Amino acid sequence: MTQALATSAPAAQARSVRLVYFAWVRERVGMADEQVELPEGIETVLDLVRWLKTRDEGYAAAFENETLVRAAINQTHVKPGASIAGAREIAFFPPMTGG
Amino acid sequence: MGANTLTPVIRIQREDFDLAAEIAAISAGRRDIGAVVSFTGLCRDEGATLAALELEHYPGMAEAEIARVAAQAAARWPLMGLLAIHRYGLVKPGDQIVLVIATSAHRRAAFEAADFMMDYLKTRAPFWKREHLADGTVGGWVEAKQEDDDAAARWT
Repeated sequence: MTQALATSAPAAQARSVRLVYFAWVRERVGMADEQVELPEGIETVLDLVRWLKTRDEGYAAAFENETLVRAAINQTHVKPGASIAGAREIAFFPPMTGG
Repeated sequence: MGANTLTPVIRIQREDFDLAAEIAAISAGRRDIGAVVSFTGLCRDEGATLAALELEHYPGMAEAEIARVAAQAAARWPLMGLLAIHRYGLVKPGDQIVLVIATSAHRRAAFEAADFMMDYLKTRAPFWKREHLADGTVGGWVEAKQEDDDAAARWT
């Protein structure tokens, strides 16, 4: 780490969260789950989606339609505007087709 | 009141289930039940084009979400028993996929609760179906239907 980075973000606290993916979201992302360190400024599910889309084309394809993919925080359904504060596990998946 | 002591039975399993055995179990030792309503969902062959359905689920959340739906049903109708079984893995045409049983003193509550359970389970329980086609290829993921969302919205 360079000195510039170390001094520009003295209080930045790494927030680690487990992301899990299902069905075609999992296939497009290319993995079933991962542990990520969230950068600063990611406060809501939609913030997270928009950040993930910048990581590579797999994420971009999975979240092409930002509001189609559903999300759950700690295994409970949430809306795109939901805060991710305190989240241990965030899941992304297509609309459900069980039953 | 029965609803206060109701403990819904929720099972997420790979194995098949036995409707008659489940009805016997939910009714055993009781003389106050006047109505048992069950719904069984089967895998269709879609005009002989489908070889199997592959059901993916979110372990942990599947149980938790169906339990939340069951708690809503138990709060809304005077039920005596409530059961939901949902399978995952590979199911073939003719195989059973899902079972809901609701019991009550009178039929209306049992009918409505079973209907509600299925509408909510289809739109909220984290399961996804993928088609395996009769020609040996793996087809696409089944798309969610607007009519299922509309059916669930009837209860709000």
